[in-house]
Amino acid sequence: MSVARFWRQQVQRYNLVGNHCRNCDEYYYPPRTTCPFCRRNGEMEEYKFSGKGELVTYTIIHSAAEGFEHQTPYVLGIVKLEEGPRLTSQIIAQPGDVKVGMKVRPVFRKLGESGDKGMLHYGTKFTPA
Amino acid sequence: MSVGIVSYGTYIPKFRIKVEDIAKVWGDNADILSAGLMVNEKSVPDLDEDTVTIAVEAARAAICRSSLDPSRIEAIYTGSESHPYAVKPTSTIVAEAVEATPEMTAADLEFACKAGSAGMQACMGLVQSGMADLGLAIGSDVSQGAPGDALEYTAAAGGAAYIIGNKEEEMVAIIEDTYSFTTDTPDFWRREGMPYPEHGGRFTGEPGYFKHVLGAAKGLMNKLGTSAEDYDYAVFHQPNGKFPSRVAKMLGFSKEKIAPGLVVTRLGNTYSASCLMGIAATLDQAKPGDRIFATAFGSGAGADAFSFRVTDKIDKIRDKAPLVEELLANPVYMDYAMYAKHKGKIKRA
Repeated sequence: MSVARFWRQQVQRYNLVGNHCRNCDEYYYPPRTTCPFCRRNGEMEEYKFSGKGELVTYTIIHSAAEGFEHQTPYVLGIVKLEEGPRLTSQIIAQPGDVKVGMKVRPVFRKLGESGDKGMLHYGTKFTPA
Repeated sequence: MSVGIVSYGTYIPKFRIKVEDIAKVWGDNADILSAGLMVNEKSVPDLDEDTVTIAVEAARAAICRSSLDPSRIEAIYTGSESHPYAVKPTSTIVAEAVEATPEMTAADLEFACKAGSAGMQACMGLVQSGMADLGLAIGSDVSQGAPGDALEYTAAAGGAAYIIGNKEEEMVAIIEDTYSFTTDTPDFWRREGMPYPEHGGRFTGEPGYFKHVLGAAKGLMNKLGTSAEDYDYAVFHQPNGKFPSRVAKMLGFSKEKIAPGLVVTRLGNTYSASCLMGIAATLDQAKPGDRIFATAFGSGAGADAFSFRVTDKIDKIRDKAPLVEELLANPVYMDYAMYAKHKGKIKRA
């Protein structure tokens, strides 16, 4: 990932900053420029999610993508935030301890790195609450 | 103008390795080592944890404990001997992650195990002079011990964050004074680009730890006209359990007074967070009016002594963030192979 691309998204990754449409009361993460329902009538405002949510579903990764081989087996899940948006995240737990529907909370972790010389990427993952 | 601790927060990874599991690999006698070091186990970071993530978690705990507006923080200093970047501040990542940016100053500090307390002193100066409203000083480390080296039995991971302010009504502990004692003493070092530190073996004891801790501690007590009897608790840098226990005895502090802060037996040496973690564990138990004496030590070498007086506010905010005892509870133990993987000592080909 390029330095500029990660930097543009780092605030939303560090602190789960998305947005909220005041017109239809829908929440978005990651943030969207316009509300897909209200379109030009949408009134978008920045919104910081608490990060409390529940695990909708998950899978256990045994054959990882490049850069994540040393972490296998690890849990990748879809988390539904209290306000509604769903996002994909690594779940910090032993695979045997993970259950669909479990409450989760956010933690600050290293997401990856651009090789040995490149920048380190930090952001939010989730762990059982 | 008064100066003191407005809030504090800590973080300890959940993984541990026992001294006996390390000793088994290197053919050492675990019972003799554990008894000599007074360390039974040490913390190990997760695969995606480093000095930055630990510093952020500790800083967030400190902000959560006091419910303060993070934009009031106008200075952030992160002390560590394991910053993940050689050039690129840990403190700016912390600042962004706790939403203190952009009207603030930040820098990373390094002074072996006392970079966190050096940050506290820098923040004291800024808030006392009125240059900053609040300062955030953090000690965070994922310290390294070479395979088979004596340091491998104690080099641990953890972080502690302190928010320093100048409004007495906000303080959980007033800092009555601080005093430092510093010389050029090469008892421990790590050269640029080297993965593991070197040390002077027994040379780290008398000319390093004891000379500087005693120099700073006695200096502060002379300055304040106090003695061990005036304090309810004491905390000293804890590279192992033996050194702080011995130095406490030399200064006249009883075992009971250092017990709450002596977390090294179950945690290991968290380097820049070591003394700060002990202070936090003591604040977790202290009552309003209690006085706490603390001295951090960093190889190279220097020591920073502090005298704290706990205020009524401690009871109001203490339980709003995890206590050190809660972070130490329910660890997940790992064997040496998993520990080596977590510490990057072995890598997939």
